[in-house]
Amino acid sequence: MKELEVILDKNGLIVAFLFVGLLTWATDLISKKAFNGRVPGSALAIGLGLILGYVGGLFSEGENGLADLSYFKGLTVLGGSLFRDFAIVATATGASFLLIRKSGLLGLVSLVLGIGLFFFLGASLAWAMGYRDVVSLCTIGAGACTYIVGPVTGGALGASSEVIALSIGTGVVKTIAVTIFTPMMAKWIGLDSPGAAMAYGGIMGTSSGVAAGLAATDPQLVPYGSVTATFYTGLGCLICPSLFYLVLSTLLS
Amino acid sequence: MIKGLALLAFCFLLGMWCGALLGTWLGIDANVGGVGFAMIFLLFSKEYVMRKGAWDEEFAFGLGFWNKLYIPIVIAMAASLNVKSALSSGILALLAGILPVFIAFGLIRILLKKLKTNL
Repeated sequence: MKELEVILDKNGLIVAFLFVGLLTWATDLISKKAFNGRVPGSALAIGLGLILGYVGGLFSEGENGLADLSYFKGLTVLGGSLFRDFAIVATATGASFLLIRKSGLLGLVSLVLGIGLFFFLGASLAWAMGYRDVVSLCTIGAGACTYIVGPVTGGALGASSEVIALSIGTGVVKTIAVTIFTPMMAKWIGLDSPGAAMAYGGIMGTSSGVAAGLAATDPQLVPYGSVTATFYTGLGCLICPSLFYLVLSTLLS
Repeated sequence: MIKGLALLAFCFLLGMWCGALLGTWLGIDANVGGVGFAMIFLLFSKEYVMRKGAWDEEFAFGLGFWNKLYIPIVIAMAASLNVKSALSSGILALLAGILPVFIAFGLIRILLKKLKTNL
């Protein structure tokens, strides 16, 4: 057993690969069996990750969730800012100028409206709950956009681990809310054509939520919603820590 | 594989550099929008390589691997954050996660109505 302990301790990053792989496998199964595929497996997996981060905090009294337990310390490497930012840039592969042309002006307008709406509502709610510093407000507002824009913004601006966790939690709640409420609201908002799906994808953004929500409404609309939603996170990562941060700090000073 | 990875690395470094420059220029000690800039560079370079006819499996695989790794990375990040202290503000996560979604539904309804009357 002592040998195994040494191996696990020495290969933290590899243990993290194994851990995340097992977790994803389990949540995919839960998503299929318990939710009939209606809630995206990725949102469940990130949610479960947050829960495990909480459990880790109970045992270790540290600031790094599960990663404070020595066998799981590799999680800080895999989930660190370097890997995170690098992988997020790679997601731009899915986008192309052809797609941009396809989504056109309607796409752009809905994207800007959507990111602005979620950011400022999120920041206002954080303000109402007692947060006053611009960095935290900005990070939580960005988290209200998606669970990616939150940590990228928080990382760039130097927010605390606690606030970044909160921004991811907010983004995960949003994804699940979009998934669940889209089929219920579809008729009321008039979500019945490709153009409507594009506007919806641009305003809601969170791509896994948009895809899952549209799939439950009308599977034929999924590609149209995804076209605009693809750009949401990228655009959010660009303007939340820059333009919106400046706007917020001007508003607050 | 390595061609795609190298292209990604190039765009990443260039984007981060732009973000750092913008941060210095704005007088904030932060990388401002570096990730977003890098994504734009990747979009342009991908288009350029494709137009040159040099895009192949090698490129696609190197980029696709990292594209797919991003959800696992977010999971690892979620598990290594200070969730315990954040939980005291858990209500905020619920409110800020759900409330704007409903306002957005309303906005989409108005926008789509406007579009339909214009068309």
